[in-house]
Amino acid sequence: MRRLLPRRLATLAVTLFLVSLLIFIVVRVLPGDPALVILGTEGNPEAVARLRHTLGLDRPLLVQYADWLGRAARADLGRSIQYDVPVVSLIQSRLAVTVPLTLMAAALMLVAALTLGVFAATRHRRLGDYVAMTLSQLGFAVPSFWLGLLLILVFSVKLQWLRAGGFDGWQDGPWPGIRSLLLPALALALFQFAGLTRATRSAVLDVMRDDYVRTARAKGVREGVVLWKHTLRNAMIPIVTIIGIQLGQLMAGSIVLESVFSLPGIGRLVLGAITARDLPVVQGVALFVATVIVVLNAAVDLVYGVLDPRIRRE
Amino acid sequence: MVGGSISALLLLAAALSLAYTPRDPLEMSIGERLRPPTWTHPFGTDQYGRDVLSRVLAGSSISILVGVIAVTIAVGLGLLIGSLSGYWGGWIDEGLMRLIDAIQGFPAILSAVLITAVFRPGVVISMIAIGVAFVPSFARLSRGGFLELRQREFVLAAQALGATDRRLIARHILPNTLAPVIVQATTSFPVAILAEAGLSYLGLGTQPPNPSWGLMLKEAQNFLAVNPWYAIFPGAAIALTVLGLNLLGDGLRDLLDPKAV
Repeated sequence: MRRLLPRRLATLAVTLFLVSLLIFIVVRVLPGDPALVILGTEGNPEAVARLRHTLGLDRPLLVQYADWLGRAARADLGRSIQYDVPVVSLIQSRLAVTVPLTLMAAALMLVAALTLGVFAATRHRRLGDYVAMTLSQLGFAVPSFWLGLLLILVFSVKLQWLRAGGFDGWQDGPWPGIRSLLLPALALALFQFAGLTRATRSAVLDVMRDDYVRTARAKGVREGVVLWKHTLRNAMIPIVTIIGIQLGQLMAGSIVLESVFSLPGIGRLVLGAITARDLPVVQGVALFVATVIVVLNAAVDLVYGVLDPRIRRE
Repeated sequence: MVGGSISALLLLAAALSLAYTPRDPLEMSIGERLRPPTWTHPFGTDQYGRDVLSRVLAGSSISILVGVIAVTIAVGLGLLIGSLSGYWGGWIDEGLMRLIDAIQGFPAILSAVLITAVFRPGVVISMIAIGVAFVPSFARLSRGGFLELRQREFVLAAQALGATDRRLIARHILPNTLAPVIVQATTSFPVAILAEAGLSYLGLGTQPPNPSWGLMLKEAQNFLAVNPWYAIFPGAAIALTVLGLNLLGDGLRDLLDPKAV
């Protein structure tokens, strides 16, 4: 673990550096002149020149990148052209929706996938296994935004149990906010649970065939204890990988669901910025989300060392 | 077999839609707006009176085209990066793999959003954006194949006989790495279709009035209470297409890549 941590941190730093470089190249370099991209056909030469100077685009590219990176490292992602406020404060205000949505979806996904995956593994090649795998195939196939629309149709339009969209906020306690996020979290979780279900089933099946599990059963250990204490613990490594990857996918997937349910999260922030050609916001949100995902993947690697002593010793 | 049947039906419908649809997908009829399914409009009509069945059929060809082009871009770039990385190793391998890590830090939807933010949204840009998002998986796969095969006896023998690097890569190593790449391509194809639908739903893919399944769902959302069927058929088309292609991909994987079974 002593050698794993510094190595992983070094790889993380290099990856984050390359992520920032990619975002800078895509936003600043590829379109040619970002000032022209922003102003479009409304830009006369004087306006373009003024905007270029305001955005610091008349400096050499390396200087622009170093300046942007240095400010980003100090949590300064520039200023929104549309709202004229720091991009960081815009992102912070939207996290109050996106983070709870992602966490709720993750919790629902974990409960559904681990239960169904273990169930399928214990009923291998029987009806329960086939039903579980069919459900996971459907999970892969059904798009999250269509699922969101179907949930709105059933629970909002037909049954009128829940609102079709919008966010009630956290100022009156947790329940109004949780009620607003329930349908989108369900749509997001059901879309992502298929991969984790299959990984859980596969990992549990592999471990269940091991000699020590057979020995535990031969000694008369109850099946529940065999499953949850002996089998699942050792099946967790591949499962943790998928969870780590899917946490990032959940956050990215919330971009679409926020549009379906009109939630004021990071997804709608970046979509609005695209329409308004607010490139500092697009750039800042892309860097923030990519950083979260890269850090999550690195954390998953470190959790390996906790779960499997053999990896620590390597 | 189930996957193959569904996929064959889909491809047939998409091919047919290029030459024939029951009605013109762009033809409006204001007097027949938002109708439920009838004999004349089996899938109903949209807010402009356009036939939803014809638009779903026409949308299938756009979805397949985007899927094919996006996967082709991903395979091409991925093979190039993976082969260079796996063959040369060393600093080239380290540098390219860190680049791949960086690209992989962007989920497909985020990289597509970023690219379409800079360039105007459209079908072509969404193809490129989705293709670029899939490059890491193909790069890692082909790199793994090259690393394994680079030290095999038949490659070393060819090298000892004077084969150039280009000949070793193109003639000896690359053909033997293609099986898992083909499997990955078949499993990436339905994901590309899903991604195109998602981008179109967000307004970043196919632009109106061209028919696209995702775009149709976006438009249908405003009329859920009036005509829920408008939202059901395009979504069912996406789900059925992806299901069929996933099952086909699973079957191909069992056939071509036994190690993965």
